[in-house]
Amino acid sequence: MKIRAQIGMVLNLDKCIGCHTCSVTCKNVWTSRDGVEYAWFNNVESKPGVGYPKDWENQEKWQGGWERKPNGKLVPKQGGKMRILANIFANPNLPSIDDYYEPFTFDYEHLQNAPEMQTPPTARPVSVLTGKKMDKIEWGPNWEDDLGGEFSKRSKDALFEGIQKEMYSAFENTFLMYLPRLCEHCLNPACVASCPSGSIYKREDDGIVLIDQDKCRGWRMCVSGCPYKKIYYNWTSGKAEKCIFCYPRIEAGQPTVCSETCVGRIRYLGVLLYDADRIEAAASVEDPKSLYEAQLGVFLDPNSPEIQAEARKQGIPEAWISAAQNSPVYKMAMEWKVAFPLHPEYRTLPMVWYIPPLSPIQSALENGLIGDNGIIPDVKDLRIPIRYLANLLTAGKEEPVVSALETMVAMRRYMRKKSVEKVSDPATLRGTHLKPAQVEEMYQVMAIANYEDRFVIPSSHKEMVENTFDDKASCGFTFGNGCSGGTSESSLFGKKKATPIVFHDMRRDRKANAGS
Amino acid sequence: MDYLHQFVFGIYPYIALSIFLLGSLMRFEREQYSWKSESSQLVYRGNLRLGSILFHVGVLGLFFGHLVGLLTPLSVWEALGVTHSFKQVFAMSAGGIMGSLALVGLLILLHRRLSNQRLAANTTWRDKLVLLWLLATLLLGLCTIAVSAQHLDGHEMVLLMTWAQHIVTLRGDAAQFIVAASPIFKLHLFMGMSVFVIFPFTRLVHVWSGFGAVTYLGRAWQLVRPRA
Repeated sequence: MKIRAQIGMVLNLDKCIGCHTCSVTCKNVWTSRDGVEYAWFNNVESKPGVGYPKDWENQEKWQGGWERKPNGKLVPKQGGKMRILANIFANPNLPSIDDYYEPFTFDYEHLQNAPEMQTPPTARPVSVLTGKKMDKIEWGPNWEDDLGGEFSKRSKDALFEGIQKEMYSAFENTFLMYLPRLCEHCLNPACVASCPSGSIYKREDDGIVLIDQDKCRGWRMCVSGCPYKKIYYNWTSGKAEKCIFCYPRIEAGQPTVCSETCVGRIRYLGVLLYDADRIEAAASVEDPKSLYEAQLGVFLDPNSPEIQAEARKQGIPEAWISAAQNSPVYKMAMEWKVAFPLHPEYRTLPMVWYIPPLSPIQSALENGLIGDNGIIPDVKDLRIPIRYLANLLTAGKEEPVVSALETMVAMRRYMRKKSVEKVSDPATLRGTHLKPAQVEEMYQVMAIANYEDRFVIPSSHKEMVENTFDDKASCGFTFGNGCSGGTSESSLFGKKKATPIVFHDMRRDRKANAGS
Repeated sequence: MDYLHQFVFGIYPYIALSIFLLGSLMRFEREQYSWKSESSQLVYRGNLRLGSILFHVGVLGLFFGHLVGLLTPLSVWEALGVTHSFKQVFAMSAGGIMGSLALVGLLILLHRRLSNQRLAANTTWRDKLVLLWLLATLLLGLCTIAVSAQHLDGHEMVLLMTWAQHIVTLRGDAAQFIVAASPIFKLHLFMGMSVFVIFPFTRLVHVWSGFGAVTYLGRAWQLVRPRA
């Protein structure tokens, strides 16, 4: 048994209001730079929809994730090592930037500088790629927001697999949910496996997957290897970049920026202990529908004294073991079974999990708004098809999703009776496996969601492994050769490429003038 | 043998090799963040796949062809029973095929880079220098086939091989062997050696990493870095 710890995340989709605060704060902190203005380490998609980049869930098209060969071995779907090297000159599976969207800004300056005209001046869109005006913006980071666009386009959504989707085009049957997405920091990452330079790695202590910016050579195989399309090629630096799980914050015991700023309090961070020796077997299970349960089998029970002793023996810090016992992620994924991995069929064993959303009841009129159990609806009446959620979270297996939704509905029934009628009535939990104490705890963590219940993050104690005194007066977090640069803008080996237009600031030539 | 000839074919090769090796080392050590293939595929695909594959296959063929053809000692060829004449004709045909592949690929890549607005806005003079320098070297190399075709006895080829082998074995008399070589050959040699001079300062450094990527074949799928 090889015990490792990872900070996992759970997103409670039942509470996501699609406000994009996570995306915007993430972008402000990490990707408001040249070459990644099209990249969103965190984005929120409206579902149904083809998402960002377009159609990312269609692995027949993009060839992301792993494929199980008949001999039971896993190979990246885009090909084995020979195939990956053979494609190094031109990656046939690489999305084009138009599959994300052509990054744009607007000619705001014109609003102030325009001469007197008969009509009010307009700020026309400007392409960040060329610095030239665009006739029309064709796509954006969130083009389908709140079901924007025609159903015929949105319904290309791969999650409609196995669903008679035509009925959902009717206005009265339509449904909507939000899906915030970030790097999954997988246990079996396909990006790491795809990198010919060996520049991507998983950190042993907290499981964060990072790209060594110095070692990345820009072969672009990780971009196509990742089935979630969460690695982005910086087109000015020529390096791949990805969500870094805000590791400087995590190391200090703070939540990621997306989690910290989530206004709906839908995000949870906590430690999971897992057995690294079980990863390969769990990811290679034959039936994709068993992958969710197989991944559960990789996690270790932090409350078991044997596991604790073994973890201590293998050098897991005491703070991490106790954090694992209080981990909201462990509770929701393992104890309450309400959270699920995103697309387990990709066989990457993702570590950002989702609680499926409840939704308004399907046929309100016929039901007279009342289900079998009073005002709280039955799971079978929910508007979002169970199969749709199962395609997203359990490779199409419906039972675990139904059970999670029933657990959540039961919690609501119990707590409603308690707050409205002031009665704790265990009878409302009849037919479920739930006990009142567990429901109270679920309510505390999932509904009240206090800060300290959502984020249980042990600090990484860097002082144990490095002498921080040596970092005194150093250059901090920089890209590449931050410390060696001196004052000149370029070196013998060239200047950093830049976008032709600054999209979040003044135009370059104006800025130069302002400075002089 | 005049001074210029001695400098270009006796001294310059060492200058070029020194810049190539020390420059690469310096860049790798000091500016590794700038070390990359600098792919533009994301921004505009165009004919990249066709052009890039043709070019790289051709240019790799040319590289290894030159390496083996120039640096394998004559005694080895004689022991193998390969006549000079046969080797010359083989080199001309193989070089012709690989050179044509590389040329077609390079022209496609050049056209792609210069005709697209997105690429034009994101192309530096160094990117253009590499493409144009390789184009000139390649065209000169293909012209040498016509020169060689005038004498198929392998004599000039042996002189060129002797020059190259004396250079890499650090014998000071290398330049004298190619005094009488055709100016086309001499220009091709100069341009070819100069590729090594511009190498560390351009995206060409990715060639090192391309060869380094072969180590991927023997690597484990997953990489886990321990703390510190």
